[in-house]
Amino acid sequence: MYQTVIGLEVHAELSLDTKIFCGCSTKFGQEPNSQTCPICLGLPGALPVLNEEAVKYIIKIGLALGCRILPEARFDRKNYYYPDLPKNYQISQNYLPFAVDGYLELPPSQKKGTPIKVGIDNVHLEEDTGKNIHSESGGREGYSLVDFNRAGIPLVEIVTRPDMHSLEDTESFMVSLRNILLYLGVSNCKMEEGALRFEASVSIRPDEASSLNARVEIKNLNSFKSVLRSLQYEIERQRRLLSGGEIVSGETRLWDEKEGKTLTMRVKESSPDYRYFPEPDLPPVVIKPQWIKTIRAAMPELPAERLRRFVKKYHLPPYDAIILTSSKSLADFYEEVVEGFPDGKHVSNWIMGEVLEKLKERKIGIEESSLTPASLSELLNLIKCGTISGKMAREVFAEMFATGKGAGEIVKERGLAQISDTRKIKETIDLILKKNPAAISDFQTGKKKVIAYLTGQVMKETKGAANPQLVNELLQEALQQQ
Amino acid sequence: MKIEKKEVEHIARLARLKLNEEEKERFGRQLGQILKYIEKLNELNTEGVEPALHIVPLQNIMRKDEVKDSLPVKDALANAPATKGKYFKVPRIIE
Ligand SMILES: [Zn+2]
Repeated sequence: MYQTVIGLEVHAELSLDTKIFCGCSTKFGQEPNSQTCPICLGLPGALPVLNEEAVKYIIKIGLALGCRILPEARFDRKNYYYPDLPKNYQISQNYLPFAVDGYLELPPSQKKGTPIKVGIDNVHLEEDTGKNIHSESGGREGYSLVDFNRAGIPLVEIVTRPDMHSLEDTESFMVSLRNILLYLGVSNCKMEEGALRFEASVSIRPDEASSLNARVEIKNLNSFKSVLRSLQYEIERQRRLLSGGEIVSGETRLWDEKEGKTLTMRVKESSPDYRYFPEPDLPPVVIKPQWIKTIRAAMPELPAERLRRFVKKYHLPPYDAIILTSSKSLADFYEEVVEGFPDGKHVSNWIMGEVLEKLKERKIGIEESSLTPASLSELLNLIKCGTISGKMAREVFAEMFATGKGAGEIVKERGLAQISDTRKIKETIDLILKKNPAAISDFQTGKKKVIAYLTGQVMKETKGAANPQLVNELLQEALQQQ
Repeated sequence: MKIEKKEVEHIARLARLKLNEEEKERFGRQLGQILKYIEKLNELNTEGVEPALHIVPLQNIMRKDEVKDSLPVKDALANAPATKGKYFKVPRIIE
């Protein structure tokens, strides 16, 4: 039984208006090279000036991950030549990052009883690189194109300790971290826009007692799915090597999304020699204790706290609370519905059942659906006061989900309102009883089962619109009076 | 003092320079001379002296997160040896 050891480096673009060292806009999807200036193009003589908001953001992230904020942070140059890097070095932090020694506690899972803490080695700030596009043709004809709009976008890198031991841990970590960043409002985490990217490292050993085999780093991971797929592939590859008596060599491998495998990079490229040295163009940042105090005081409620609050305030089982707080928008949605229909568990049942089922079917998040919290609480109220039955509610819900219309509006349009008018039901009952004299004598001789049959007849007569509970009560009454 | 050929090749590769045999020999010699000259600094007693990372005593020089005008694309591309549309054009990176 092999033991797996996994670590992650997570890059998140900070959602700020301007780049980290210049006033160029960070807006996504603009015309190539339209958001550049002498600083982010690395033209001679241009001097970078740090975006103060980026410092506030990284302190927020550091605090949320239980890190120590260092009293002084500095920037360093990471030197390498690649056409996505206009200066031939990237401004990053190697020696004195903003935050160190934190942890993220993974939410308890169904399978594992004890919560897992994943250590955070450090959280540092750097500039993003440009984007390359490669031509189809190779050889002499081939070329690559460069867009520097992304160069200089503020990037935070979160480096974990190798504390994850399974794909499940890794997924849970990524989901939790993304959640924290979203709750803090520091990154939009849109993976399809490259705002959240990963590098993983993985090594295995025969058992916990033996020493670790060489570590393999995997680059080019742009989604949760590619992280998990590449790790799965790499763990199997390493196991196969070891069980065949071969050696795993420490190297950097590239994930090929299309082929679904990791590929070896040329040895020279995989042994980085970045020759870090202090960035002379940027003076140190001395973190005043007052800043930390102010930021700490303004910290929003984080996922772990919200989970605890949901259990306590809404009397939810932990399982419900974990699912509901697993996404900020879902948790916000839940709380808004509860405002209009104050029965926490009932609302949770609906969201965890009907709502999540529909979202899964359509493969979207709650924020992308046209369902509003107000219309869901309206629906629940309509059920509660007997206007519609549970069965009708499902139909109404399907239409609400598809069209974004309000529950009451749909009920009205489709004439779905349940007949709760006692007089009307009584009339129908009289009619049915007249047609079924045999059923009455059956009832009188103790065959109580006929009530179900008669209820069915009344429902049929009203085309399902009568309130079945009311029908049942009134029937009993009517039969006893016969 | 002479820098070994292997090291010259490594440094040249990091700087994406293609050197011929004669150049490797010559640069190895010159780099050695430069390092030897710099080594003079080691003769100084620096005990108790803090490393000076910056020569000006500045700290916390920051700017507000406010958008400023960027260069027109035409100007951004003006110095590039090759362009295509609104992109910089470089030799193909991936083989
Ligand atoms: Zn710029």
